[in-house]
Amino acid sequence: MRDKFIKRVLNIAKNDPSIMLLTGDLGFGVLDEFAKELPNQFVNVGVAEQNMIGIAAGLALEGHKLITYSIGNFGMIRCLEQIRNDLAYHDANVTVVTVGCGFSYGSLGMSHHATEDVSILRTFPIQIYSPGDLWEAESLADVVLSKPGTKYLRLDKAFASNTHHDGEIFLPGKARIIREGDDITLISTSGILQEVINAADLLANDGINARIVHFNTLKPIDREAVVTAAESTGGIVTIEEHVLEGGLGSIVAEILLDRGVMPRCFGRLGVTGGFTSTVGSQSYLRKKYGIDSEGIIHSVKQLIRQPKSISN
Amino acid sequence: MGINHMEPSKSLSLRIRKHALEMTSLGGGSSHIGSILSMVDILAVLYGSVLNVDPQQPKWPNRDRFILSKGHAGAGVYAALAERGFFSPDKLKTHYQDGSDLSGHVSHKGIPGVELSTGSLGHGLSVGTGMALSAKKRASRHRVFVVMSDGECDEGSIWEAAMFAGFHQLHQLFVVIDYNKYQSLTTTTETLDLEPFADKWSAFRWEVREVDGHDHRQLSDAFRPSTTGQPVIVIAHTIKGKGVSFMENQVLWHYRTAKGEEFNAAMAELNAQQ
Repeated sequence: MRDKFIKRVLNIAKNDPSIMLLTGDLGFGVLDEFAKELPNQFVNVGVAEQNMIGIAAGLALEGHKLITYSIGNFGMIRCLEQIRNDLAYHDANVTVVTVGCGFSYGSLGMSHHATEDVSILRTFPIQIYSPGDLWEAESLADVVLSKPGTKYLRLDKAFASNTHHDGEIFLPGKARIIREGDDITLISTSGILQEVINAADLLANDGINARIVHFNTLKPIDREAVVTAAESTGGIVTIEEHVLEGGLGSIVAEILLDRGVMPRCFGRLGVTGGFTSTVGSQSYLRKKYGIDSEGIIHSVKQLIRQPKSISN
Repeated sequence: MGINHMEPSKSLSLRIRKHALEMTSLGGGSSHIGSILSMVDILAVLYGSVLNVDPQQPKWPNRDRFILSKGHAGAGVYAALAERGFFSPDKLKTHYQDGSDLSGHVSHKGIPGVELSTGSLGHGLSVGTGMALSAKKRASRHRVFVVMSDGECDEGSIWEAAMFAGFHQLHQLFVVIDYNKYQSLTTTTETLDLEPFADKWSAFRWEVREVDGHDHRQLSDAFRPSTTGQPVIVIAHTIKGKGVSFMENQVLWHYRTAKGEEFNAAMAELNAQQ
C-alpha cells in the first residue's frame, strides 16, 4: 500500500511544486525515488516527530501541501498535541500518513502495534482515511492532495485483493458495498478487509449470505450505509484490527443509537484486553484476537444462532 | 541610530504595559502579567520599528511573520496589534471574558495579525522553522520572528527545531528569548538551569546575540540581518514584571492578578512613567 500511495503522490507532486513530503527518518526503500526526483520537495527532518509536524504546519500556513510520513504511533501519538494545536486548529493542509496500522509490525512488539489511532484522532476535527486495498490507497493520494484541511491516513501492511470493478469511480466519504447479502452485514476498515471477504465466502458455503460494507473513510463517515445495513439485513458485525474502545465498532454503534435504529443483532470484533506482550505475524495476532476469517465466521454463526449483542 | 528613533517604541511599550495591566486585571482577570511585562519592550521594538507588516493587509505575502511561542503572554501581543492598527483597542476590553475571541493564550481565529495560536509551550519554534524553510525555498526576503520564554526551553521540541534550523541554515529565522530567569514555580536556575545558555545555541549552529531586553537600542540593533548565514538567537535579559516595582522579580506575579489597590498602585506607577 505504501509503495502505491507514495508512487502516486510522486506523480502528482511532479506537476505541483507546492507539494512537500516530510519524513521522520523512516521509509527506507519507499521514499528514495521521491527524494531523488523531487529533492526540493522532500525533507528528512530526522528522528523528531514533534518538530516534523510543527514544520509541516509552518509550511502549510505558507501555502504548501504537506505529507508527513512515519510509522504507526511515532507519526501520530508522539506528536499528538502538534497535530491537535498546530494542524487541526489551523486547518493546515497536512496529511499525516502513518504506515503499519494494526498489527502490521506485530513481531516488533507493543511499541509498534498501532491499535488506538482511530479512537484518538477521530475526536479531532480532521478527516480520517483507512484504505483496504491498493486501488483505495492509490486513489486516496489524489483525494488527500486535493482536499483542504488536516487529514490522517493509515496504511496497512496487509491489503485485500483488488475489490473495485472496471470503471468504478472512487468516492471519498462513501462506504463501498464489496458484496451483497441479506443475512448479516460485515463492516470493516483497512486491510483486514481480506479476512472479511474470506469469511463471507466461507459463510456462503453454509448458506449465510453476508453483505460486506467497507469504510475507507472513517471521518466524515457514511452514516446512511450503516443505517441501511441495519434496516435491510439480519444484523451487523464490525471487524477492526484496532481496540474496541472508540474504533469502528463504536462509530457504528453511535450512528445506530443516534438514529434510533436497532439492528436485529450486533457484534463488535477487535482488539481487547489491553496491550499484548505476545508477538507474532499480523495473521497470527489476528487469529489470537478472533479477527481472522475463522474467528469472524465463528462469531457470526454464534450471533445468528442466538441473536444478541456480542463483542470478543 | 539616534535616541530619538527609539522614542516611538518607548511610548508604545508604555501603552502596551497599560493595556496588558487593564486586560489582565479588569473584567476577566487573567494570569501572567509578570510574563507579559518582561517581554513588552521586545514587542514594542518589533512592532514599532522592525516588523514589516501592514495592518491593512494582514496576509500580505511579503510581510514579516511573528509568532508568540510563549502564548500565555498573549495579552501583550493583542495589545501590540491593536496599537499597530490591526484592530480597535476597544476590542481589548473583551479579553478573557465570556464570548470573547481574545483568549488568555494567543489565538489566531478572528484576530488579524496573529499568525499562530499557541498556549502549549514548545510549539512555536517548529512552526516558525517551517515558515522560514518555506521562505528560503521560495527565495522570499521576509523574516520570521519567534518570541519564546526561558522556561519553554525545558521542552525537548525546542531543541529538535533548534537543531533543524541551525543545520538547514535558516538565516531568516530570528528567535528572541525573554530570559527573565523565572518560570512557573521558581527561578530557572533552581528548576532546570539553562546555562551555559548562549553556548547551547552556538553549539546548535545559531548566531547568538545577547542584549538587555529592556534597552530598545540594543534590541533594535540585535534584529539586524544574520551575518553568518545561520539563524539568529537574541537572548534578551529581562526582568519579570518589568515596570511595576512590586511585581519585578517576584514569581508570585506569574499567576497573580492585580486587583483593587494592587491594580491602582500598578497603574499609578505606569502613569508616572509617561
